[in-house]
Amino acid sequence: MKVLVPIKRVIDYNVKVRVKADNSNVDLANVKMAINPFCEIAVEEAVRLKEAGIATEVIAVSIGNKSCQEQLRTALALGADRAIQIETDENLDSINVAKLLQKIVEEEQPQLVILGKQSIDSDNNQTGQMLAALTGMAQGTFASAVNVDGDKVNVTREVDSGLQTIALTLPAIVTTDLRLNEPRYASLPNIMKAKRKPLDVKSAADFGIDLTARTNLIKVTPPAQRKAGIIVESIDELVEKLKNEAKVIS
Amino acid sequence: MSILVFAEHDNSELKSDTLKTVAAAQAIGGDIHLLVAGHNCQAVAEAASKVNGVSKVLVADNAAYEHQLAENVSLLVTELAADYSHILATALTTGKNFMPRVAALLDVAQISDIIAVESSDTFVRPIYAGNAIATVQSLDSKKVITVRSTGFDAVATDGNAEIVAVDKVTDAGISSHVNDELSVSERPDLGAASIVISGGRGMQNGENFKLLEGIADKLGAAIGASRAAVDAGFVPNDMQVGQTGKIVAPDLYIAVGISGAIQHLAGMKDSKVIVAINKDAEAPIFQVADYGLVADLFDALPELESKL
Repeated sequence: MKVLVPIKRVIDYNVKVRVKADNSNVDLANVKMAINPFCEIAVEEAVRLKEAGIATEVIAVSIGNKSCQEQLRTALALGADRAIQIETDENLDSINVAKLLQKIVEEEQPQLVILGKQSIDSDNNQTGQMLAALTGMAQGTFASAVNVDGDKVNVTREVDSGLQTIALTLPAIVTTDLRLNEPRYASLPNIMKAKRKPLDVKSAADFGIDLTARTNLIKVTPPAQRKAGIIVESIDELVEKLKNEAKVIS
Repeated sequence: MSILVFAEHDNSELKSDTLKTVAAAQAIGGDIHLLVAGHNCQAVAEAASKVNGVSKVLVADNAAYEHQLAENVSLLVTELAADYSHILATALTTGKNFMPRVAALLDVAQISDIIAVESSDTFVRPIYAGNAIATVQSLDSKKVITVRSTGFDAVATDGNAEIVAVDKVTDAGISSHVNDELSVSERPDLGAASIVISGGRGMQNGENFKLLEGIADKLGAAIGASRAAVDAGFVPNDMQVGQTGKIVAPDLYIAVGISGAIQHLAGMKDSKVIVAINKDAEAPIFQVADYGLVADLFDALPELESKL
């Protein structure tokens, strides 16, 4: 089966973001960017399905300007077979991302689409579910285990109260949780090989979708700062402070 | 304006987070209806009818909704959506699962995880693991919103709403429930607890989490964990507090053996009082802690338990 893996270029997860002085957005100039950690897990899962003889081809797709080709090359170095970049400079709402991905699904007809459960920048946790709705596919979100079984896939999901396993009719959408797998590192030979793998560039405008923004980002502000705390010297002092100063225990 | 709020429940009990989501609906303003979708969920409907500020409870009681599969519930909510300007669900795993599907079926954007309401179309939500706060205006005619419960205070339960059965059955037939492996705990729910004590990598193994249990019992606290502790297999994933786990804002949060990575802080830094116990005085957790104790947790925890 063909597996499609949409990935996103985001700020590196270790970077502490700064809000721009004019409160228009966060400042991403000269900040280290990387493949979204959840997307990396999605790529890894697809590659493992290929190694297990279940997937025949793994296609990575990303939406953005030319710089997201870096992340597509990373996905290729990790084992994806080919990549598609949908070129746009716009910052798209998830619904519009899902609509573009729907077109790729129609073209490529994958049996499984694996996405990260959320991107660590917008923290929306929407795209996979929206793509499932638009394609009419079943969805297995927050997956910690994926088992393809004939024309079905069993997905174990991380839910509030523990784990839940559901069975989905293929083709289906899976979104990855952190515990699904541990992504591998790309080896140097694989990074070199990835440079020769096919990477198609398509223009978002050519899909004929109305990509008008549905939301208006009015402002971005830093979160309220907590006032500095104190270091206590002993458990006795800690318990005393919690009882009498903070009054959070009795 | 009419607002439809999806009730969070497990078919037997209405979750208290729903009371906070109703508070968000009240902040938007309008006639509020609660939707209870489940199977054999009459007790939930009764509880929902008492939620203050709700004028009507819609009950869709059918086997197709028993496990609230996204494919089925999203079709139901989409069908009901015509009568509402706003559709709200709590940003827990159920709401996060089906609401974007509703939004896409309605061809609108979703505003995820709001922590405040500015007006009927403008909302406040954290981005970048809570390191920036965005004010976002929805330009769609219908607003599909998930609500972070720590942003709102629960409404009272002294109401008396009418209960109306919804006989629509929307079974997409493309997914089915296989089984659940639920964590059983006598302790309060992590999301709702007023005190949380969490362990991190410094706990070294799952056995040592017992050191937290005596303290949790004395304080009536829930026990949480950092991702490091979950990934290392010390404790199950549903105990994870953080950007990708549970978001908590208790009165007191005690972080033990947790360094305080950005992703963990995202899940707890709105706690009223934060205590950190860590042997590394340089750990970033001390920058957000109201009270820090630099000590070996294996000495500190037994002593703390004995002093409570």
